[in-house]
Amino acid sequence: MASRLWSWIDSRMPSLGEEWRKHAAEYYAPKNFDFWYFFGSLALLVLVIQIVSGIFLTMNYKPDAGLAFGSVEYIMRDVPGGWIIRYIHSTGASAFFIVVYLHMFRAMLYGSHKEPRELVWIFGMLIYLTLMGEAFFGYLLPWGQMSYWGAQVIVNLFGTVPFIGPDLALWIRGDYVVSDVTLNRFFALHVIAFPLVLLGLVVVHIMALHDVGSNNPDGVDIKKYKDSSGRPLDGIPFHPYYTVKDLMGAVMFLAIFCFVMFFIPEVGGYFLEYNNFIPADPLKTPQHIAPVWYFTPYYSVLRAVPPLFHSQFPGVLAMGAAVLILFFLPWLDRSPVRSIRYRGPRYKSALAIFIVVFLILGFLGTEPTTVWGQFGFEAFFLDTKERATWAARLCTLAYFLFFILMPWYTARDKVKPVPERVTH
Amino acid sequence: MRKLVIVLLLAPLCGWAAEAGYRLDSSPHDPHDLISLQAGARTYVNYCLGCHGLEFMRYGELTDLGLTEAQVRDYLMFTADKVGEPIRTVMPRKEAKSWFGVAPPDLSLAARSRSADWLYTYLRTFYRDPKTVTGWNNAVFENVAMPHALWTLQGERAYDRESRKWTEIAKGMQSSAEYDATVRDLVNFLVYVGEPAATGRKVIGIVVLYVLAILFVFTYLLKKEYWKDVK
Repeated sequence: MASRLWSWIDSRMPSLGEEWRKHAAEYYAPKNFDFWYFFGSLALLVLVIQIVSGIFLTMNYKPDAGLAFGSVEYIMRDVPGGWIIRYIHSTGASAFFIVVYLHMFRAMLYGSHKEPRELVWIFGMLIYLTLMGEAFFGYLLPWGQMSYWGAQVIVNLFGTVPFIGPDLALWIRGDYVVSDVTLNRFFALHVIAFPLVLLGLVVVHIMALHDVGSNNPDGVDIKKYKDSSGRPLDGIPFHPYYTVKDLMGAVMFLAIFCFVMFFIPEVGGYFLEYNNFIPADPLKTPQHIAPVWYFTPYYSVLRAVPPLFHSQFPGVLAMGAAVLILFFLPWLDRSPVRSIRYRGPRYKSALAIFIVVFLILGFLGTEPTTVWGQFGFEAFFLDTKERATWAARLCTLAYFLFFILMPWYTARDKVKPVPERVTH
Repeated sequence: MRKLVIVLLLAPLCGWAAEAGYRLDSSPHDPHDLISLQAGARTYVNYCLGCHGLEFMRYGELTDLGLTEAQVRDYLMFTADKVGEPIRTVMPRKEAKSWFGVAPPDLSLAARSRSADWLYTYLRTFYRDPKTVTGWNNAVFENVAMPHALWTLQGERAYDRESRKWTEIAKGMQSSAEYDATVRDLVNFLVYVGEPAATGRKVIGIVVLYVLAILFVFTYLLKKEYWKDVK
């Protein structure tokens, strides 16, 4: 029955079968994928989770400054199963960034950004940027204190741009302060505009990947050695091998996801900030405004750069550069090998330092700058005595040096010989 | 468990926020203790509801605490006619603002924004201060606009901010231990009000995790079966 139905469809729409073969049944992926390769399919899974839970949330959410906060609580209390939908979506937002960060780290480990996969990396970066926008717009919607003041701070960043700044900020907000107008447009951008862009970019990201083929933990090209029928000797069809493997990964991921969502949905104020349980009050600025954890490394960079001529614009530029510099990774990396397995000590230590620095910046961004106290001495170069600010400055410097010095240290690194075929 | 996870998450960063202000006591509330929740609800409607509403909570939902609808209507429902109505305060906001300088906030989510420990400590650290408008001050929340609503229970105390010493001025209706228990019940109730689904969600969570564990075994075996011919 199923096969007759399939041949009925196939004779009328052969492209369906062609696409299936091209992207699954006859897409040959290296057989040596390790743990780090789960995160691509998991990112897709989280995207689906967010879209589906988001659709259900919009059924009861009200994008209105007077009603938004209450409608979220209405979902949490009066809508049957509403709290599950809401926690799925709030946990999913953080999970999306965790998965995407690990997915990007995988690329840096195994050189997946390197030739010929530069476009895969670029489209991936565009997904990351879009995701940041999507998360930012979505965070305003619960209309809590952190939603409101977080949006106020971020929109004001655009206000620091010389000459056009104030007009630009006004254009984004649609009002002189974050208001009902802002909430309405952010809602539109969050539920339709950005998700559409995101979906389109994900399709292009996968198309670009499947044209050149997947990288692997050894960073070798599996298309070099093929059998008599033209199949890579070290490749296996994505379906069924990786579909069943990713299914296993998805269940493991869902177990962690559900643990968070059912037992610790706030994750100590990191996934759901405590201040966001207070309705937005335009007249009362919270003492400490911090973005959600996934933006905090960049927020730290912003705060680390001292103002110039009473303008915060240098900090804003540094923050923007910290994100945009990632786009150039494929060209900054001059190593003759892809995988960390065959790279030399210079790249290995640089990457290790980079990860530590990124985590420290992330932590500092969640805390007030007074978190580590003050230096006990005076000096002419100390414009601020806060230890945390200086730590953030050093980390910001290290963050940029990782990229700026990359052409030099990767080209001169002592690499190991790369095997002809994949190893286990 | 939650604390352990947070500690593990933060441990590699070694960043400990400096403990500023009054040290918070750990709240001994128990969300499974229905008697305590009912006592907390009673204290709330008698001592708090005059100023603070719980607008996201409906009277009818209090049947979660092991009460019948008739009991809720007879003993707790002071500010509404139907059990389906929200627990609102009758104090007009505008006047309240001119009386206290700030309108008393709604407390539906107080336990989520402030934490149970904060509430438990705050409600036990009011002291007499002739310098304030209300004659009361608080060790946790300095110069708070709120007077001590439970003073007839706790009595009156003085506090020296420098030496951090407490002295009794006048006894209340309850002993120190009884008053701690009253506050524990009240905080327990506010934690429940903050997220009525919290207790139920953990039960569902356990079932979901068991189902996923079983599913994982099957998907693992499926993967193993398919991959046995990959050399």
